[in-house]
Amino acid sequence: MKPTTAEREALGDALAALSAALVAVLGLYITFATREPAMALHGALLAVAAIIGGGAVFSFMNPTEDRPERADYVDGPIKVATIAAIIWGIAGFLVGDIIAWQLAFPALNFDLPWFSFGRLRPLHTSAVIFAFGGNVLLATSLFVVQRTCHARLAGRWSPWFVVWGYQLFIAIAGTGYLLGITQGKEYAEPEWYADLLLTVVWVTYLLVFLGTLARRKEPHIYVANWFFLAFIVTVALLHLVNNASIPVSITSTKSYIVYAGVQDAMTQWWYGHNAVGFFLTAGFLGIMYYFIPKRVERPVYSYRLSIVHFWTLIFLYIWAGPHHLHYTALPDWAQTLGMTFSIILWMPSWGGMINGLMTLAGAWDKLRTDPVVRLLVVSVAFYGMSTFEGPLMSIKAVNSLSHYTDWTIGHVHSGALGWVAMVSFGAIYCLVPWLWNRKGLYSLKLVEWHFWISTIGILLYITAMWVSGITQGLMWRSYDKLGFLQYSFIETVEAMKPYYVIRAIGGLLLVIGGLVMAYNIWRTIRGDEAVDLADQPRVAAAPGLRLQPAE
Amino acid sequence: MTYDTVATISQVTSLLFFIAMFGSVVVYALWPANGAMFEAAQRDALDLREPSRGKQQ
Amino acid sequence: MKHEVFEKNSLILLVGILIAVSIGGLAQIAPLFWIDSTIEKVKGMRPYTPLEQVGRDIYVREGCYGCHSQMIRTLRDEVERYGHYSLAAESMYDHPFQWGSKRTGPDLARVGGKYSDQWQADHLVAPRALVPESIMPGYPWLATTRIDAPSTVERLKTLRLVGVPYSDEMIVNAERDLVAQIDPESRSARDLLQRYPKAKVVRLDNSSTPHPTELEALVAYLQILGQMVDFATFDAAGPNLR
Repeated sequence: MKPTTAEREALGDALAALSAALVAVLGLYITFATREPAMALHGALLAVAAIIGGGAVFSFMNPTEDRPERADYVDGPIKVATIAAIIWGIAGFLVGDIIAWQLAFPALNFDLPWFSFGRLRPLHTSAVIFAFGGNVLLATSLFVVQRTCHARLAGRWSPWFVVWGYQLFIAIAGTGYLLGITQGKEYAEPEWYADLLLTVVWVTYLLVFLGTLARRKEPHIYVANWFFLAFIVTVALLHLVNNASIPVSITSTKSYIVYAGVQDAMTQWWYGHNAVGFFLTAGFLGIMYYFIPKRVERPVYSYRLSIVHFWTLIFLYIWAGPHHLHYTALPDWAQTLGMTFSIILWMPSWGGMINGLMTLAGAWDKLRTDPVVRLLVVSVAFYGMSTFEGPLMSIKAVNSLSHYTDWTIGHVHSGALGWVAMVSFGAIYCLVPWLWNRKGLYSLKLVEWHFWISTIGILLYITAMWVSGITQGLMWRSYDKLGFLQYSFIETVEAMKPYYVIRAIGGLLLVIGGLVMAYNIWRTIRGDEAVDLADQPRVAAAPGLRLQPAE
Repeated sequence: MTYDTVATISQVTSLLFFIAMFGSVVVYALWPANGAMFEAAQRDALDLREPSRGKQQ
Repeated sequence: MKHEVFEKNSLILLVGILIAVSIGGLAQIAPLFWIDSTIEKVKGMRPYTPLEQVGRDIYVREGCYGCHSQMIRTLRDEVERYGHYSLAAESMYDHPFQWGSKRTGPDLARVGGKYSDQWQADHLVAPRALVPESIMPGYPWLATTRIDAPSTVERLKTLRLVGVPYSDEMIVNAERDLVAQIDPESRSARDLLQRYPKAKVVRLDNSSTPHPTELEALVAYLQILGQMVDFATFDAAGPNLR
């Protein structure tokens, strides 16, 4: 077995270098063959990335170089994804806040193509969902699968390719939005060639994850990994089906989706809602099922409940898409199915919430003493709130009022900020000292600040959107005494202004909170002496540096 | 095929499938003998040992 | 117990997940492609003219769907505000659909013909010059960007591949039709109208070039929205039950 390992490594190196060379040639071909400047830029980006990647393969495959011991976990790619998550997160919050101010003060669009709301909005949604959320999921899933399986990550170059390939996808998609390159399907805006790149990255991710599961030393696959696996494989399925398109030519950025009209609408919202269900929910539930028990050092409240939670959640979520299309030209039977399953979905969602919250049973004092625990737990509370609000809004009568209004925007953000971002912050604060082998965070006090700034920001955001959304919905359907519509559309636009300002202030607090986190993480990684180590719990330290519990 | 047929088939089959899946998952999760196995499995996975047995990861 | 196989074999867990998540999608999406009543039988639907299609691509490019829906729901106030509720047939040639999910601005499903060509053009360039309370961004660059004719032909050919019924004649004449649509009273404009009934021949006051700009394309697209279906012959209670 020993000699073949070296041979296999050499083969892996050769294949990696060869792929990098081929991709570089492809990128150069696109750059020089296309008539579109944007495509030339993206071809060049691809070529440069491939050349850097190939260079990295060459410089690290030298056998005299020190390699980490085989018994170690592979943490390099996880560190990259963690830092990327923080950077993209702040960028995504910032762009979101800019477009929030643009809605309040339209002059801020500056009549510039690349700075107008319509192009920045997909940049914001993709940056926070796929760049921030995606990197958090990459980091946590690759971390958790190794620890809970007691196995090293599968693949030699693959985990690196997954992480850096994903960043390249983000760079291509993001610059594309600014240049007006989009498929025009919400949350699936990247064009065909970015989609292809993501497909290759994602399949590699799935193989790395499965390969690591296969190497595990535990007989049982821990529940967090089920959620991560469901997230990875379902997102692959959604991505492939929803993005089926034919490019105008191989050197053109433009493509047309193969579906039209009502079929495209159903496919899109099957995708769109399950991007929420599997990307923003299942994946982050995987985080909850690992980081909460680890941080409070207690097992999950009910492992039995987690099994029921998992299967019911993934089965039910996939049906909920049509609730985005109530009273539209989608056939009624599909709308009814979507509504029914959305309401039933409340049950497994709250099952998961209870399981997360009750893991603290007997250790509630940690909520007071450890702000990282508080971030994790409050995120689960927000998860409970938005998974109650969601089924409510999927009821056709409620939806007739809420749809097309800011209420939907508020709902999305109570989930995205309250649940996804807060649980991510908590996980990042856990991960960084563990990954960089530190005794704790630089400052727990700053985590406290981050918690409060973000919480106030989120509350401002969602209350403003509740009020504006319901006001807007009521104004649209309001009749005067003579039976005419009472308000013109533009009057309903005017009425939104104060709420748009409040929302933008809430968003600004999220940006500030993100900067506080970045500073704290930077000082921690740099290895600066923690200012309040005595206040930090034992688990804040990397496993090797922990004091044994006093007995 | 008419609207009603499709609606009925779709709703009934999905309901039956859901009941079957839900039933088997619940039975498995609550099967008395499995409780101890779950506890041991998750303590191993999370490296949470009984405090009295000492060694933390 | 059987469930153990899921926990102990990652590939079986993978297959279990795939089955659980496939049922819903198959049951909801697949029937839409083969139930006849999904798309109503209507008179008047036709593919977009080359200029309208280019305008539609600009609509997509600028992310208009972030703030404007194109889907009038079957609710009293919406029908009174915007017109007849939207039919599935009306977006049957839309790749991708642009029903939208948010109305920061009004619904546009039937905006065609509501304002003059010149109003639409001026409003796109400087919205607040016409509607002071508007929060829409301005799009002045559309007025100065010319349309690339050869790529338009490629686009129509690709759309034909995904199922839009462009005839050979339409493809052959695409470049001519593109220019004809900003040249009223010309012979080629008459040919265009024969191929694409109800197309709006756009002539903007300040247009000095015989070559269409992005602004003219977008206006041509906006002006055809909701105009194609002949509602005089549409029977909502008929075989179009949904």
